Amino acid sequence: MNDGHDEFLDALESGDGYYLECTDGHGSLPPRVVCPHCGDRDLTETALPDTGSIDSYTVVHVPTPAFADEAPYVTAVADFGPVRLTGRVLADEESVEIGDEVSASVGGADESRSVVFEPR
Amino acid sequence: MIDPRVAGVGLTHFGSHPARTSRDLFAEAGLAALDDAGVDPADVEGVFYGNFMGEIAEHQGHQGPLMAEAIGVDAPATRYESACASSGAALRQAVQNVRNGEADVLVVGGAERMTNLDTAETTEALAIAADDLYEVRAGLTFPGAYALMAAAYFDEYGGEREDLAEIAVKNHANAVGNEHAQFQREITVEDALDAPMVADPLGLYDACPITDGASAAVLVSESYADEHDLDAGVAVTGTGQGGDKMALHDRDALAHTPAASDAADEAFADAGIGTEDVDVAEVHDCFTIAEVLALEGMGFFDAGEGIRAAAEGVTTRDGDLPVNLSGGLKAKGHPVGATGVSQLAELTKLLRGDHHNSEHVSDARVGVAHNAGGTVASATVHVLEIQE
Repeated sequence: MNDGHDEFLDALESGDGYYLECTDGHGSLPPRVVCPHCGDRDLTETALPDTGSIDSYTVVHVPTPAFADEAPYVTAVADFGPVRLTGRVLADEESVEIGDEVSASVGGADESRSVVFEPR
Repeated sequence: MIDPRVAGVGLTHFGSHPARTSRDLFAEAGLAALDDAGVDPADVEGVFYGNFMGEIAEHQGHQGPLMAEAIGVDAPATRYESACASSGAALRQAVQNVRNGEADVLVVGGAERMTNLDTAETTEALAIAADDLYEVRAGLTFPGAYALMAAAYFDEYGGEREDLAEIAVKNHANAVGNEHAQFQREITVEDALDAPMVADPLGLYDACPITDGASAAVLVSESYADEHDLDAGVAVTGTGQGGDKMALHDRDALAHTPAASDAADEAFADAGIGTEDVDVAEVHDCFTIAEVLALEGMGFFDAGEGIRAAAEGVTTRDGDLPVNLSGGLKAKGHPVGATGVSQLAELTKLLRGDHHNSEHVSDARVGVAHNAGGTVASATVHVLEIQE
């Protein structure tokens, strides 16, 4: 159990993803009580944009044990405006390009749940 | 404020020693450093020790006191953990302690035991240097994180896998003759390009190996060196440290390492030097792209201009700025917690003239060491100068 992170994944899984927004508009991911970009302590849950774009991606061939059955797989950082996310891209490695539009959801179950991206 | 002198340095062989404990490895490096310095262990006032994954690799936390007793020192000892910059961080603390007069004689060093784990276990252990909740659980490995930085660099500035291969070729060539190096052999660009992929665009030869080893150095005050007539002509004249957001996705840009820029700015200002004064550098090339990001981050090249430095001969051993004459992490090996002080050891030998590559930098007077933790959420930079 990880308070904050679990609730974030629950919301993302049910289609109500959010990020933490400070009064200056910086985005970050929970659990946080302070904006890591400016120190503002006034954070509100703000709806995650439906669409992000891939900033960078890699095809992981040598995984950690938790992903031994998945390799090779694509991991990307995707830009959702005020906040960016890291996740696996649920697409064939040949089809992924920087700039591709993706939506964020949750893959895996229980303790292995994590952010995944689906091409739009 | 008087800069500490490097009185002696010691290294184990960097390589595969799966049955050797970290205390055994550190004993070898630490005693070598004390012998090199000609310092009585009874004079040592503290041990500053870097180690990253001791709990995972050998179920051993609280390693500081263990390492002090391993080298016959009866003094306070503390372990510093800053991922791959652990002993860079330890070094910085030791330098500051000697400078502010807290101590006249300190041992600084680090050790890591890694090859007793298999590749998957080591990959998992190294991944804890990244954000567990938002990076590691999402499938990001440590090579994968640097691959994201490399892909972002290629996208923003251009560059190819061949350019990275030239860095691996250079560093392998530099390791030939280094008795401490894990790989004392040359490779070709074709070898690198034909190697299996680890995390696209990084292949096996873009990555440093998994390594066991230890490093140590004896730092002394100038007055202690004078009183004991030590041959300690190399001083640490600058120290700097920088930090950044832990996760790549929380940074402004993926292809820059501002923590290294901050560390270099601080260290260079501390030493009163500029990039043009630097004769030789050891930088943290855990992956080939990391050498590019390090050199650009420290200001030796503009952003986007460092990728061709090895291919064009600027950073080769006979170039204007020889980089990683030890072989770098790439070929010398990367026992994580030992790396920062191993860079200090290599630069000290280069400046005093007893390094296997000394002939290529015979006039060198200023060296710089760049040590990075995680995806450069932590960075230390140190400046060494000859001060006879």
